Amino acid sequence: MQFWGYKRKEGRAGLRNHVLILPACACGSESARVVASQVRGAVNIVFNTGCSDVAANTAMSQKVLTGFACNPNVYGVVIIGLGCETVPHKELREKIQSMTSKPVVSFGIQEEGGTLRTIEKAVRAARDMAAEAAMQQKELCDISELLLGIECGGSDATSGIASNPAVGELSDLLVDLGASTMMSESIEWIGAEHIVARRGATPKIHNQIIQMCKDYEEHLKAAGQDCRAGQPTPGNKAGGLSTLDEKSLGCIRKGGTRPIVEVLEQGERPTKTGAVVMDTAGYDISSVTSMVAGGCNAVIFTTGRGTPTGNAIVPVIKVTANASTYQKMEDNMDVDLSGIIKGTSTIKESGEELLKFVHDICNGKMTKAEAYGFSDIAVDHVCKFV
Amino acid sequence: MEIQALLMDEKDNVVTCVKAVKAGEEVFYRKGEDYLSVKAEEDIPFCHKIALTDLEKGDEVLKYGELIGKTTCSVKKGHWVSHENIYSVPRDYESEFVKEEA
Repeated sequence: MQFWGYKRKEGRAGLRNHVLILPACACGSESARVVASQVRGAVNIVFNTGCSDVAANTAMSQKVLTGFACNPNVYGVVIIGLGCETVPHKELREKIQSMTSKPVVSFGIQEEGGTLRTIEKAVRAARDMAAEAAMQQKELCDISELLLGIECGGSDATSGIASNPAVGELSDLLVDLGASTMMSESIEWIGAEHIVARRGATPKIHNQIIQMCKDYEEHLKAAGQDCRAGQPTPGNKAGGLSTLDEKSLGCIRKGGTRPIVEVLEQGERPTKTGAVVMDTAGYDISSVTSMVAGGCNAVIFTTGRGTPTGNAIVPVIKVTANASTYQKMEDNMDVDLSGIIKGTSTIKESGEELLKFVHDICNGKMTKAEAYGFSDIAVDHVCKFV
Repeated sequence: MEIQALLMDEKDNVVTCVKAVKAGEEVFYRKGEDYLSVKAEEDIPFCHKIALTDLEKGDEVLKYGELIGKTTCSVKKGHWVSHENIYSVPRDYESEFVKEEA
C-alpha cells in the first residue's frame, strides 16, 4: 500500500506539510498564535511550560518541543521565545537543528523589543517558509512511512467491545502491511499489564512493560495517590465492566495483537518498525501530545461519549461505535462504527473500513478536527511548578 | 441477521449484550460465520454479560479470551454475570516478570 506524502531528508514522510510556529515557553504562546493566524499553511501550539520548573519537567517540555519540531508533518519551524525562558530559544533552535535539516528560525520577544516587532519578523519568516513549503510536491510513499498513534478518550461501554477491538484490527492490518502503530496510556494497562507484556517480542520487552506499570503505580503512591482506588468506577460497573481486568482488557484491545517490538518513554522516537508502546498518562490530550512528539504522523482516537479534540500537527481521526454519539456529535466524529453494535458489521470488517479511511487521511483528506484548526496540547509534568 | 450480543473471543464463556435483553428472550451472537444463541434467564442490561455455560463458584470467567475474574457463587447458563458475582483475582507485579537470557 502506498500514499501521497511529503518525503523528508530524515525519518518518516509527512502526511501534512505545516509550518510550525513554536513557542519556547508559555510567554511566547500568544505571539505564536497571532503569527499563525496571519500566515496560511502555518499552525501554532499553545505551550504552558518552559519556565520555573525542576529539571525533570524541563526535560519533558524540551522533549515535546523538539519532538514537535522534528515531527514528519512539519516542513519548517519558527520559534518564538521570550529571552529568560529556562532553555533559551537559540539553544532550543540549535538543538532542533542538530536533529533535523528542516528550516528553523527563532526570535526572542525581549531582544526584538516587544510583541509587535517580534510578530512582524516572525510573520515574514513564516510567510517565506510557507511559500517554500507550498512548492514541495507530494511523492508516492510506502505505507511503512506511517506511524499511527492509537488513543482512546471519553470512553463508554461500547469502547471496549467495539471501537477498541476494531482499531486493534486496524493496527494488526497496518503492522502486517509494514506500517507502525503506537499504543500508549500505560496507566490504563494496569489490570491487564500481564497481557500487554505477553505481546512483548522478547523477554526483555515483556519485563519492560511490567516494570513500566509498576513504576507508574509507585510514582503515584509516592505522591500519596492510589490509581486502583475505586476502580472500576460505579459508572463502569453500571456500564457492564465488572472488574479492573475487564476494563483494562477493553482498553488494550485497541493496540491489536502483533508483537510489541519497542517500549518508549514519553515523547521518545521509535527506532523499530511494527507495533510499539509508549509510557504515557491516560489523559488523552497529554498522551496524544507525547505520541506526536514521538513522531506519530497520524492518530486514531476511539470514543464512546464523543470528544472534539484535535492536534495542530497531526490528523486525529475520531471513531465511535455509539450510534447516538455519532448522530449527536457528527460534527466531531470521523467514522461511525456502530454497525458492530447493531450487528450489521463485524469487528474485522470495521478494521478493514478503518484502513481505507486511514489511507484517505494519509492522502490528504482532512479530519473534522483538522478542518476546524483545533490545537489541543497537554505536556505531562513530574511535579509542581517551582 | 440481527444479533443481541457479541462474543469477543472463541474461548469466552460469556457474551456481552449489545441491547437490553428481557428474561426469556433468545440472545443471538456470532461465532465466526455461525449464529448461535443463548436464552436469557433474567433481564440483562445493555453492555452487560450473560453466562454461556453453567459456572460453579470459583470458576474462571473469560472475555477477550482472557481471565476477567472468578465467580463468587454459582451462575447458571443464561444468567447475568456482573460485579455482583465475579471478583478480580489478585496478582502482584513480581510474579509477572519473566526470566531474561543472561
